[in-house]
Amino acid sequence: MTTRIVELRRGILKKNDELAAGLRQRYTAAGVLVLNLVSSPGTGKTAFLERTLRELLASGARAAALVGDLETDNDAQRLAASGAPVRQINTHGICHLEAEMVGKHLDGWNLADLDYLFIENVGNLVCPSSYDLGEKIRVALLSVTEGEDKPLKYPTLFNSADAAVISKIDIAEPCGFDREAALWNINEIRPGIRIFETSAKTGAGMHEWYAYLAEERANVRA
Amino acid sequence: MHELSIVSSIVDTVTESLAAYPGARVKEVRLRVGVLAAVVEDSLQFCYGIVTEDTPLAGSALVVKTLPVMAHCAPCGRDVEIASIQSLRCPRCGAPATDLRQGRELEIDCIEIVEKSGGIA
Repeated sequence: MTTRIVELRRGILKKNDELAAGLRQRYTAAGVLVLNLVSSPGTGKTAFLERTLRELLASGARAAALVGDLETDNDAQRLAASGAPVRQINTHGICHLEAEMVGKHLDGWNLADLDYLFIENVGNLVCPSSYDLGEKIRVALLSVTEGEDKPLKYPTLFNSADAAVISKIDIAEPCGFDREAALWNINEIRPGIRIFETSAKTGAGMHEWYAYLAEERANVRA
Repeated sequence: MHELSIVSSIVDTVTESLAAYPGARVKEVRLRVGVLAAVVEDSLQFCYGIVTEDTPLAGSALVVKTLPVMAHCAPCGRDVEIASIQSLRCPRCGAPATDLRQGRELEIDCIEIVEKSGGIA
């Protein structure tokens, strides 16, 4: 009996990372800007995305969405009402989307016909942070009802984000939301991140978000 | 709770690598996990015991080496260790830590295997 050390030096999620890298190449080649939206359940990802899709379509842009949930296609139905192509990904118990699920659900879509593709992740602030979906921009959302210290409680997700959205600001006051503390906390976890303060209900702050999307979209083409 | 998926990936990778060592038994699997990797060691250990049953990894130990966040601090001109993931700032000068060099790792470093002796086939 002899013992031996075998060096592996392999990423545990290497398979996902490789698939994600392949997707990223496809997105770039097609000139589509891909965003991965991540938050807790109930933050308002779907409402935020509904409004965003309507605005983009009204402005003549071509946008589509993939939406992840454990069960039901309720969110896909809501989003499809915007007129955008939408597909539901049911994970059946898995708490996050993986690159393989995204790849499968792109079948039949010509990515070159799209300007924007939004991926609404499963509502979860932990697990999605480990899974690259090939997105250009990961957006972490936080609503004013959740508490200003949420970024401190879930630093791994907020640190992995490229942009942050504070949602439901129309009810910030009755919720006693401490805006300064929220901005400070997000910056402590991810220094220098772009932060958008929005209400999908009233439209407040959405224009800055649309401008950012257009800017990032132009970068993909460049 | 994506630790179950993670442990399943570990078992797959290790099992594949054992193909080169027929009959070998796994004694230990060593991981390198950054503090920003979003995995909980207790959950990993719990899942590991269950998932490895009836695999070549059964009975092996999972050893997790935790890696702190390291960032390059431009004002200080050097790499610094970030003590808390609640505040990503340089401990020396307080500048925001934006250039992370370590802390997201989630990898299998190596495995320790026991081979059958006298392996002349």
